[in-house]
Amino acid sequence: MIHRRTLLAATAASLAAPTIVRAQAVTKLSFYYPIAVGGPIPAIIDGYCAEFKAQTGIEVTPVYAGNYGETLTKAVTAIKGGSGPQFAVLLAAEMHSLQDMDILTPLDSLGLDAAALKTWTDGFYPAFLANSRAEGKLWSVPFQRSTAVMYYNKDAFAEVGLDPAKFPRTWAELEAAAAKLTKKDASGRVTRWGVKMAADVGNAQWTFGALANQAGHILMNEAGTETYFNHPKAIEALTYWRGLAATHHASPDGIANWAQLSPDFLEGNAAIVQHTTGNLTNVKANAKFNFGVAGLPGKDGPRTVVGGGNIYFFKHASAAERAAALKFTQFLAAPERAADWSIKTGYIATQPAAYETKALKDYVAGFPPADVARGFLPVAVGELSTFENQRVYAALTNNIQASLNLTKSPAQAMADTQVEADRILKPFKKG
Amino acid sequence: MRKETLQAWALILPALLLLVAFTHWPAVATLVDSFYTTPKGSRPPRFVGLENFTDLWTDPVFWRAMHNNAIYAIATIPISIVLALAMALAVNTAIPGRALVRMAYFTPTMLPMIAVANIWLFFFTPDYGLFDQILAPFGGGRHNWLGDTATALPAMIAVAVWKEAGFFMLFFLAALQAMPPDLKEAANLEGSSRWNFFRRVTLPLLMPTTLFVLVNAVINAFRLVDHVVVMTRGGPDNATTLLLYYIYEAGFRFWDTALASTLTVVLLILLGLLAWLQFGVLGKRIHYR
Amino acid sequence: MTRKLEITGAWLLGFIWVMPLLYAVWTAFHPAEFATHFSLTAPLTLKNIESAWAAAPFARYFLNTTILVTLILVAQFTVCTPAAFAFARMNFPGRDIVFAIVLMQLMVMPDILLVANYRTMARLDLVDTILAIALPYLGSAFGIFLLRQTFRQVPQELDDAARLEGCSLAARIWRVYVPLARPTYLAYGLVSVSYHWNNFLWPLVITNSVTTRPVTVGLSVFASTDQGIDWSIITAATILTSAPLLVAFLLFQRQFVQSFMRAGIR
Repeated sequence: MIHRRTLLAATAASLAAPTIVRAQAVTKLSFYYPIAVGGPIPAIIDGYCAEFKAQTGIEVTPVYAGNYGETLTKAVTAIKGGSGPQFAVLLAAEMHSLQDMDILTPLDSLGLDAAALKTWTDGFYPAFLANSRAEGKLWSVPFQRSTAVMYYNKDAFAEVGLDPAKFPRTWAELEAAAAKLTKKDASGRVTRWGVKMAADVGNAQWTFGALANQAGHILMNEAGTETYFNHPKAIEALTYWRGLAATHHASPDGIANWAQLSPDFLEGNAAIVQHTTGNLTNVKANAKFNFGVAGLPGKDGPRTVVGGGNIYFFKHASAAERAAALKFTQFLAAPERAADWSIKTGYIATQPAAYETKALKDYVAGFPPADVARGFLPVAVGELSTFENQRVYAALTNNIQASLNLTKSPAQAMADTQVEADRILKPFKKG
Repeated sequence: MRKETLQAWALILPALLLLVAFTHWPAVATLVDSFYTTPKGSRPPRFVGLENFTDLWTDPVFWRAMHNNAIYAIATIPISIVLALAMALAVNTAIPGRALVRMAYFTPTMLPMIAVANIWLFFFTPDYGLFDQILAPFGGGRHNWLGDTATALPAMIAVAVWKEAGFFMLFFLAALQAMPPDLKEAANLEGSSRWNFFRRVTLPLLMPTTLFVLVNAVINAFRLVDHVVVMTRGGPDNATTLLLYYIYEAGFRFWDTALASTLTVVLLILLGLLAWLQFGVLGKRIHYR
Repeated sequence: MTRKLEITGAWLLGFIWVMPLLYAVWTAFHPAEFATHFSLTAPLTLKNIESAWAAAPFARYFLNTTILVTLILVAQFTVCTPAAFAFARMNFPGRDIVFAIVLMQLMVMPDILLVANYRTMARLDLVDTILAIALPYLGSAFGIFLLRQTFRQVPQELDDAARLEGCSLAARIWRVYVPLARPTYLAYGLVSVSYHWNNFLWPLVITNSVTTRPVTVGLSVFASTDQGIDWSIITAATILTSAPLLVAFLLFQRQFVQSFMRAGIR
């Protein structure tokens, strides 16, 4: 019996051996990465690639293709056109859509055996794998991950008599604080808004995902085939969002743009903005006032949503290319590199092990805001993720925008979104 | 005769091949695609006849895009042409700093839309953006120009007019400068007013140029969506979704080739109708050499 | 009085028109905190230009755009000239129909056919090449139409004289027609260059990498970051990338206007 098992293992090893040899023969991989060329992040990634090449001889060429939406467009268009990368960092929430296009390959097809795969993936924070599971398999590896956090202007807090050390934990507290922080000049013009949250195309659904969770509601099923927009709690979340402007006048009317939240905050035009942890390094470098980072409040207590990108592997890659891509991914995910990545960018390291490294421990001790987001991972949910994801996003975004522009009531907006989402998802309902 | 025919075809062939390969053929392929469903993973495209068109008929976003594009065209075309003409008339006379003013009018043509769209983004920023800063001393409140469904499309129109007028001015200017100076002298002798001269002489002589500019303006009204990509991505609530932007979104964000093709066919038909109107109806009335 | 009003109006309009450029220059050469505050005492700096230049491979983008624009221009001239000549001066069966087919492209610009054209490029394995950006524009109905109009105004006697001297067809086009159409080439060249220098949607779709992206796509990728917008850097990049064309126009604006006049694009 033992003998047979050894034999089997030996056979497996001999079968696996050529794969490794072939993997080493792969010297070039193309890797799409969702970031603008320029800025610190590409330089960091370039550095990792160079290090990886020095170690393994495999040349990974990162293609920086713009923001998440643009990179998704580029990668999918290229793959559909018959070329394209072997792997890419794309929005974690795109899993169902990508799977539906039949271009992904699951993690168990990369050459790792089931036990090794399980040990490896069990090392990640469960919240970051929330958008990776479908059909009983894992389809992506967390990498550039974040949660939504609040950046707040401590000086402004002190100015209006709020305790800068205590960020609101409930909706009611936030509403009150934001109203207090809103400042008008003699002519009645607002010179500082209490709070701003992004509602533009590409971001509204993320903001809303957090708000829905804050109301205690999840917007879709895990299979990505059903959505639950027309639900009292979803309506409540949208009502709260709209109320910040319409009732409390602590947020501007209409919609705010993601790209302008950073300048708004740094300019002192907004006392609180909901943004990504990935913006921490930027804010730290440019804020001319004391700022704090806090978890999002919730209806009754803090709740948030995860965000950011995972590494996906594409079907058209050969077995050897897949193995090489996996090798690079494991190289990136190693605790010391994850720690380095988190320190340099502000994104959350994807595994608890990274927070045990000396480098990250020291960094967090010296700069506590860097560790805020991690504390909220237990109350975070996955992003809204369905089949035909971009279409469902579009439907939701349009209705949110209509509601924030006061052309639709929150109830109407959610009901319309649900009708539209049902129509879009009809072909995917099984049974 | 026979040799000339062969020669002529040889001269035309390269241009014709390129035109057919990248304009006519894709147009036909698009028409064919519009009768099929979108291929998905393992599901091949399926012939559905006119179903895509009937779906489009009931698609509210499509009607929104049509509506927006109509407003966009109706506003940008006349405003940019009239402004272009005014600019050309202004710099055709000896005003002080003429070269500088002409240069100013023409700068938008030289600045990539994609770059200036980001600058316009600042101009339109609420509270501390340029427009709100300028309006503040006059008691102007806060304007969320791009975030409000009522002002987002007008903002897009303003940027498009700004971008186009200077370019069209060049054509009018060339036409004005080519006008025989003795016409003007004769009019001066007769003592006719400037307005009369403009209306009776200048304007009719500018008609062919106007037609030419009009054709370009119409095309641009359906082609120029770069600033939408940068500034609003069709939002808020589709207030700035134009037809070509919707095609781009359908084709490269939803990967719905059926929808994208159907939309393209509609746009082609629309452009065809407009071409027929311009050349068939207007062209006959205007002397065009 | 009305004259004064007109001049003021013209200047005011000019000021509005040049304002985005003025703002870009202001922001690009001042520290970031003055991007939204205008003060005469703001210190000047070249830091934004330096960091924009260092932050993205603008030199490469610039080179790509230059190659692209040159490729298109040269190809358009060489492809459109013979075709325009044939339509202007030769008699052959089917001429009017073919000309009508060509003119259809005046309205159906390749920009709206991006989905189908993308597929063609993928089939030709040209995705993410500069050639692929250029190809749909090489056969230009506008160019053919313009040159045909110009060629028709060339006196027939000149052509006949060249023919009597024993010039071949190619030599006649090259020695008689092309020189006389120089203003048209210049005017058309300006239209073509400014169009393709600014073109965005098709290059955005068809390019993926730094080595093929033209300036416009490079700028858009550069501007869209997760961290939000930084006007100092963006305006610096805008100035960097538009300066050559602006300077060229400044130097040659008289010639441009005259060429438009002579070319009969009016």
